[in-house]
Amino acid sequence: MEPFKYLKSKAVPLDIVNVDTDQIIPKQFLKLLGKAGYGKYLFYDWRYDKNGNDKSDFVLNFPEFKGRQVLLTRENFGIGSSREHAVWALKDFGFKVILGISFADIFYTNCFKNGILIIKLDKDKIDHIFSSTMNQDIEIDLLNQTVKVNSDTHKFYIDSTLKHYLLEGIDEISTTLKFENSIKKYESNNDPLIFH
Amino acid sequence: MAQTVYDKIWKNHLVYSDDIDDGPSLIYIDRHFIHEVTSPQAFDGLRMNNRKVRKPNLTFATVDHNVPTTNRSLPLVDEISSLQIKSLQKNCGDFGITLFDINDQYQGIVHVIGPELGLTLPGTTIVCGDSHTSTHGAFGALAFGIGTSDVEHVLATQCLWMKKAKNFEIVLNHGLKNDLAISAKDVILSIIKNIGTSGGSGSVIEYRGSFISKLSMEKRMTICNMSIEAGARAGLVSPDDVTFDYLREKKYSPKNESFERLLNTWRGLRSDNDSKYDKSFMLNVDDIVPQVTWGTNPAMTIDVTSTIPNPDEYAKGNEEEKKSAIRALKYMNLTPGLPITDLSIDRVFIGSCTNARLEDLIEASIILKDKKISSHVKAMVVPGSQQVKMSAEKLGLDKIFVDAGFEWRESGCSMCLGMNPDILLPGERCASTSNRNFEGRQGTGGRTHLVSPVMAAAAAVAGRFVDVREWI
Repeated sequence: MEPFKYLKSKAVPLDIVNVDTDQIIPKQFLKLLGKAGYGKYLFYDWRYDKNGNDKSDFVLNFPEFKGRQVLLTRENFGIGSSREHAVWALKDFGFKVILGISFADIFYTNCFKNGILIIKLDKDKIDHIFSSTMNQDIEIDLLNQTVKVNSDTHKFYIDSTLKHYLLEGIDEISTTLKFENSIKKYESNNDPLIFH
Repeated sequence: MAQTVYDKIWKNHLVYSDDIDDGPSLIYIDRHFIHEVTSPQAFDGLRMNNRKVRKPNLTFATVDHNVPTTNRSLPLVDEISSLQIKSLQKNCGDFGITLFDINDQYQGIVHVIGPELGLTLPGTTIVCGDSHTSTHGAFGALAFGIGTSDVEHVLATQCLWMKKAKNFEIVLNHGLKNDLAISAKDVILSIIKNIGTSGGSGSVIEYRGSFISKLSMEKRMTICNMSIEAGARAGLVSPDDVTFDYLREKKYSPKNESFERLLNTWRGLRSDNDSKYDKSFMLNVDDIVPQVTWGTNPAMTIDVTSTIPNPDEYAKGNEEEKKSAIRALKYMNLTPGLPITDLSIDRVFIGSCTNARLEDLIEASIILKDKKISSHVKAMVVPGSQQVKMSAEKLGLDKIFVDAGFEWRESGCSMCLGMNPDILLPGERCASTSNRNFEGRQGTGGRTHLVSPVMAAAAAVAGRFVDVREWI
């Protein structure tokens, strides 16, 4: 996994609550066997009309928002299906940080496994960012856990383990495999195969 | 100190815990279910890093998400789906994992077959790359959905890093006024309507109370299944005699002395009487009437006796929720004030891991016996598994459905998520026994209304939503 330390980017505002993963990536695109190439299907039904042309009123299609790496959203983002394809699509499209008020549990976990940083801020702060012009840079410093927008610097919380993994770009499985002794010990004391 | 069933399962599965930091604990996973859609990338990851599957005998696979529900002796028309299925076959073969393949007598929706095979047992930890894994919580198991990275992690290590969630009790007391017309589906929809799609966020919900203790396993599964729709990490019920009786003589469940010995352990799992919960919600189920969703998330639910709400009434002062309701009304092509029973429908889907078990099909068939569905409705039943299908056929239910005008299909996820050819066309309105009414869920532009099996069956006959209490 690629490490994440610092990012300076403008944001794409997605001013909708309760965005579900079926919208982030509709089911017809879950049939691929790899992890790459999902970006073009991100928010497919909101982004393209029935002939496959860009809808001009959807934020991802605004020319001035092209190349931005922060997605700004609201409450309860990523609800529903556990499909990690939603995260692969956001990542492939170019987003590195998702800034919002609250997130669904499985989506939150999936983001970190792919090196996407989720930042939760209080509603008044998110409201304030939404009310601005969207032309200001947002500076994210993971080590110091700060988000800087114009002259405001907001502190954010992140679990220290997740922070460490992101900063170092650590592969979780190799870390877990170092706990072989603990796992073996558990397996010698417990029998998960109780049906035998 | 008093412990909840969740506390007990958590403690029993701790492989490593760092008490000093706010960090996660390493939890052992007893059962891992996989399917064709969310597992290929996990196996790729193993191969790329030369890793093995740590415990192939704890992982069980089936094909359910994209399989056709029509004649399966024919080759698959969808080449990409076919590739996913072949890929699962190869992965299971290469790594020594048991697969209930497309023509296996035990094939079915992963959350239907786990319990019916006796793989889902009290006190176990169960994961699957599918959010409706919460279904298995009905057996007093800690069961939750995971992403593909975690599928790979479980394959490689048989463990997951997790932080303990909050204990959230939902106490359901009394009984339903009409327990055929009103069902477990109406209870869980009422709960989600009340607590919202993020009401269970960060929590494991335990369903308790006199209503739950009298409920069958299949109905408990319907309730636990939709815990994820309230945003919960998992949903569960303390195991009791109803649970143990269900598990006797299942294919994989322990037999004879082993079973009796396990009973003692399992009886100790139930939440202690004076357990403390971080959150509580109480609901007297005798107030519940049949429910219908009107919008584009499962909290957008009303009583069948109600009218489509106006956005202000729905949002209760929350501006963002109001915008979301306006958006939902537009997508669903609905006007506030319209009685839901005036709404005509085009399609009916009885199926999914929420409502495609034998009891669901029996109840729907009671409504349909000697009736015909409306001439403008297309309806289908997709049994949850081959075992459900065979049991239903033994009871002659297939004949009742077919005589009424339903299509009787092979088992799979089907039109719950429309990954196979079973989809709604743009603008079509569907009464569905599934779990999600998100935009485009059952097909781009399709409009989904979630209901119970009896409500779906009655809607098929009437060609519109009806209050099924008037029929039974």
